[in-house]
Amino acid sequence: MQNSPAVEVVGLVKRYGAKTAVDGLDLQVARGTLTAVLGPNGAGKTTTIETCEGYRRPDAGTVRVLGLDPVADAGRLRPRIGVMLQSGGIYSSARAEEMLRHTAKLHAHPVDPALLVERLGLGSCGRTPYRRLSGGQQQRLSLAMAVVGRPELVFLDEPTAGLDPQARHATWELVRELRADGVTVVLTTHSMQEAEELADDVAIIDGGRVIAHGSPEELCRGGAEDTLRFSGRPGLDLDSLLKALPPGSAASETGPGNYRVEGEVNPQMLATVTSWCAQHSVMPERIAVERRTLEDVFLDLTGKELRA
Amino acid sequence: MTATGTFTPRPGAAPIGRMIAAQTAFETRILLRNGEQLLLTVVIPALLLVLFSSVPVVDTGTGSRVDFLAPGVLALAVMSTAFTGQAIATGFERRYGVLKRLGASPLPRWALMTAKTGAVLLTEALQVTLLTVIALALGWSPQGSPLTVAALLLLGTAAFSGLGLLMAGTLRAEATLAAANLVFLLLLIGGGVVVPLDRFPDGAAAVLGLLPISALSEGLRDVLQDGAGVPWQQLGILAVWAVLGLGAAARFFKWE
Repeated sequence: MQNSPAVEVVGLVKRYGAKTAVDGLDLQVARGTLTAVLGPNGAGKTTTIETCEGYRRPDAGTVRVLGLDPVADAGRLRPRIGVMLQSGGIYSSARAEEMLRHTAKLHAHPVDPALLVERLGLGSCGRTPYRRLSGGQQQRLSLAMAVVGRPELVFLDEPTAGLDPQARHATWELVRELRADGVTVVLTTHSMQEAEELADDVAIIDGGRVIAHGSPEELCRGGAEDTLRFSGRPGLDLDSLLKALPPGSAASETGPGNYRVEGEVNPQMLATVTSWCAQHSVMPERIAVERRTLEDVFLDLTGKELRA
Repeated sequence: MTATGTFTPRPGAAPIGRMIAAQTAFETRILLRNGEQLLLTVVIPALLLVLFSSVPVVDTGTGSRVDFLAPGVLALAVMSTAFTGQAIATGFERRYGVLKRLGASPLPRWALMTAKTGAVLLTEALQVTLLTVIALALGWSPQGSPLTVAALLLLGTAAFSGLGLLMAGTLRAEATLAAANLVFLLLLIGGGVVVPLDRFPDGAAAVLGLLPISALSEGLRDVLQDGAGVPWQQLGILAVWAVLGLGAAARFFKWE
């Protein structure tokens, strides 16, 4: 049991009436890792997470969380996981600190609520009823409630949606500390930056399936779409450069004296470009290598058009 | 980020008794904090008791007015907390995902319902104490066995809780809010609380007598005003409502 993955989803299907929200999804999360689940709205992220949390029964496929069935073994699983819903979940007249202290009382060995209040900057609003907290404060209280019970595994559904930069960094710090202390973290996000900053593994979901899975580096390396930019004399003849580069590379002058070379950027390619410049008596200035970001990968995979 | 050990996993539910006690205390605090709720559960019954005891607004029959009114107002207090208050609060908890979020906590559902019942009973104990003190000050002289009174109050609570939870678990929160208040008002007038049932036409009185509020207020009146023994008929009516209400709530309650 201890060696089973933290989360193991195989062939998950979930339908709501005629609509298929999740369509044969596979996902594996190793213990002690931080996995970011990325995807456009309506991709099936929340349905997948809520199935892992035991809220939904799969129409097909199997879901195991810490080796347990989230529905059948709910009583044994619930004390071991922490859950942050996408929104709500808190009594509207409960005060922030009171709510956190109460949640701590439901657990055997909770984190000191005062510590979480301080870490998440909830001290100034500790006596404010939930309904009068700002959106960011509500999010942070919800996060604190998810981790106060010292769970083995936490599910955070869009933990930084609507947070200002300070609050986002406080949340990231806390999530990194969870990970460092050995807690397995599964979070959903729209933010590529968040996934790149935090995640060991990224699963990109679209149309109810995982369409890409790997570390941020692996995903960004996946396509050969890196770019090298430099500037020099305007009007250089790029044909001879293209002949020197591996097949499939491209080069263009994007503006007078500004050049872009696309292809697999490696030391060999950089050397080819600079020696070509030397042959043509060009002093290349502002040489810059642009790696594909997770956002480029995401948009390549899921398309750029807006979803209904 | 280096490990600090603050969050090193050490999961586990608190002992079940401690969870239920904590949840009961928490639910009671939340319940008593709500201003509209207090109006309904404390202010209205107390005002009705004081006003109608001192001023002959309604004809309460022979005997002192407070002896007639106190049992009715106690029944009203039970209805306001177990039915109206609980339906509205639970309806909004469902709407705001509170019940959903608690579903992922170590607290089992049955323990949550136990805690909610505990909070209702604690609130009722406060109401009964306050109303008893006011009634005694107004010259109330209660008769009968306290045990029989307790049995009526408990069965009444079960009946009203079942109906309140059924409403909260099936209707939208706004619909529950409106319906629970409307039912409260209608039953206040037609349920033998302040207006004796025999003021209504015979046919109507017979039907009204089958309502849980009438069974509770008439049963309490039989014991407290007339010193009767065990009002089996009223206890029976309340028991049927309790079984039907709690059964339907258990069957149809939607948690989100």
